[in-house]
Amino acid sequence: MAWTEKVLRVNLTARTTFVEPLNMEWANQYLGQRGLGSKYLSEEIDPKVEPLSPENKLIMITGPLTGTMAATGGRYSIVTKSPLTSAIACSNSGGFIGAEIKNAGWDMIIFEGKADSPVYLYIENDDVKILPADDLWGNSVWKTDEMLHQKHQDPLLRVACIGRSAEQQCLYASVINDLHRAAGRSGVGTVMASKNLKAVAVRGTKGVGNIKDFPRFLNATNQAKQVLAGDSITHEGLPTYGTQVLMNVINEIGAMPTRNMRDVQFDGAERISGEAMHQIRASDNKANLTTNAACFGCTIACGRISTIDKGHFSIQNKPEYWHASGGLEYEAAWALGSDLGIDDLDALTYANFICNEDGFDPISFGSTLAAAMEMYEQGLISKAQTGGIELNFGNAEALVKMVELTAKGEGFGKELGLGSKRLCEKYGNPDLSMTVKGQEFPAYDPRGIQGMGLTYATSNRGACHLRGYTVSSEVLGVPEKTDPLTTEGKPELAKAFQDATAAIDSSGLCVFTTFAWTLDDIAPQLDAACQGDWTAEKLLEVGERIWNLERQFNLDAGLTGKDDNLPKRLLKEAAKTGPAKGKVNELGKMLPEYYQLRGWTADGVPKQETLQRLGLV
Amino acid sequence: MQVTFKLYASLMPLLPPGTKGHAVNVDIDAGSSLQQLIDQFNIDDQQAFLVMVNGVYVPPDARHSYVLKPQDVVAIWPKVAGG
Repeated sequence: MAWTEKVLRVNLTARTTFVEPLNMEWANQYLGQRGLGSKYLSEEIDPKVEPLSPENKLIMITGPLTGTMAATGGRYSIVTKSPLTSAIACSNSGGFIGAEIKNAGWDMIIFEGKADSPVYLYIENDDVKILPADDLWGNSVWKTDEMLHQKHQDPLLRVACIGRSAEQQCLYASVINDLHRAAGRSGVGTVMASKNLKAVAVRGTKGVGNIKDFPRFLNATNQAKQVLAGDSITHEGLPTYGTQVLMNVINEIGAMPTRNMRDVQFDGAERISGEAMHQIRASDNKANLTTNAACFGCTIACGRISTIDKGHFSIQNKPEYWHASGGLEYEAAWALGSDLGIDDLDALTYANFICNEDGFDPISFGSTLAAAMEMYEQGLISKAQTGGIELNFGNAEALVKMVELTAKGEGFGKELGLGSKRLCEKYGNPDLSMTVKGQEFPAYDPRGIQGMGLTYATSNRGACHLRGYTVSSEVLGVPEKTDPLTTEGKPELAKAFQDATAAIDSSGLCVFTTFAWTLDDIAPQLDAACQGDWTAEKLLEVGERIWNLERQFNLDAGLTGKDDNLPKRLLKEAAKTGPAKGKVNELGKMLPEYYQLRGWTADGVPKQETLQRLGLV
Repeated sequence: MQVTFKLYASLMPLLPPGTKGHAVNVDIDAGSSLQQLIDQFNIDDQQAFLVMVNGVYVPPDARHSYVLKPQDVVAIWPKVAGG
């Protein structure tokens, strides 16, 4: 079991709600979250649908282990068609609302249509209401969260909502839950805004009781927790330094995207690293890092909670930001830091606060601003167009101003909300957009980590590290070390990571567990909780099925194998420093073998026998 | 000859007292191996998980025979990960 077997369907146009049984045949094939949500989306919308039209749907979905006692079992996903990429989008978030949805008795919520005025969905177990949100519209995530708690007089209410950036159609707006956890990528928040849906507020008190074999589940989850507690990454490295521990590692190997990926090493990396967040500031005798934090059921606690120096220029006269809040993860730190040439840790932290406060993806924002800075330095964007702001690399004041403008969709911030691809096309230098399928790159330059070039190019949601984190092997030696500078074996490595990750993203668990767990640690937990037989082999098959389902959706949406590509800069301009000096990404050497391993044609289309083997026809 | 030696994350306390940042310059004898330098700082094999010379990973079984050159930059991490 573990699934509640209940789906809540919300028609926003008619303002009606329906309860449906979960399709258990699909649950057995796609598990939950990313996989099951993608299956429902594929079945229910035309892949060619305009992403911001009422015909697109938005699915909030848990996994079978969400809300259970499994370590990190608090994840949920938002699945829709992306306005940034026009590909399938699935953004995964932690925090607490996923478990709350499950505890209220729901596996998933399907939003369809569009309300004729702003609304929010209120759920208290079986009591479901679509309520007016005219007073919430126009407010930030943080203000909306506060207003909903006041309105319902319930401190335990969990809220996922959009901020002003989404309302202003920033194409990479996120859905933020629990103040600073984000379904961050691909513009899922923009889709939510297009439906006039401001928030989902949930209170669930039912518990998650329908575990198939509870004594076995107790044993399996306990054993798995011991593995996490015994591993130095999940027990020590992540709680102490967070994901930000990577800043210096990636810089050292020469794969740190810097100044819109012009460079692969940043001389200010140490000043914005995980270690730097622990250093006591001379200015106020406090560290940037206030504490670490955990999501629901998590025994790792990698989250960062930070406090900016009250005297820092970004918040000097803004006491509303003098409190501790969600701090820098590595992905935000590089995008707001090295990619902009900025080494002011508190300025980066402030920009991150604003991304949380008004709900937009710091990766896409930082990368888009980096492209704008390069075009400004090339004279393609003028000072008049930026509103008088010097948009040079290294200008922390410009970052602060631009993040504030993007949050509200004002001035040049409205332009930045287009994302890098559209911005670079508009200002005449599309080659400066560091994107795949329209989505901005994460924190690993594929000239220095060859396998990541392949995973970026083939990612079903555009450039993304979480769709196949070969960095783990190529750089970090987990589970075993491979050479980041060679292409040999990378197609197989990428496929293995992609398939395994697709299954984990569908389980309700956090992918960070896999720095210690293998599928052999995860399968027994699922097998004890869920009906059916769940083995590591079955999980890999489910993962491969999900990958091909997403691929098929994208092909039906109009994407082709030609979209499995990288920006010219990464294929033609060699890295200037570090171990990768003189190298470009050798995507062309890896892609044909990858297609072959996937059982796809030379054009990147799944062959009939592949689809048949996976039950996709 | 002189090389640069850098420690990160939980290994930082093994740097000489008073070290600012991650790096110290170390004088070693010509012909010294990478492992000899690691041993000089009392870093055991389990702690020295990611060992890089000039940004390139050196596996455990090659550290004894890896002869350092002047101006080499050695950087070491324990087992770490993020994303």
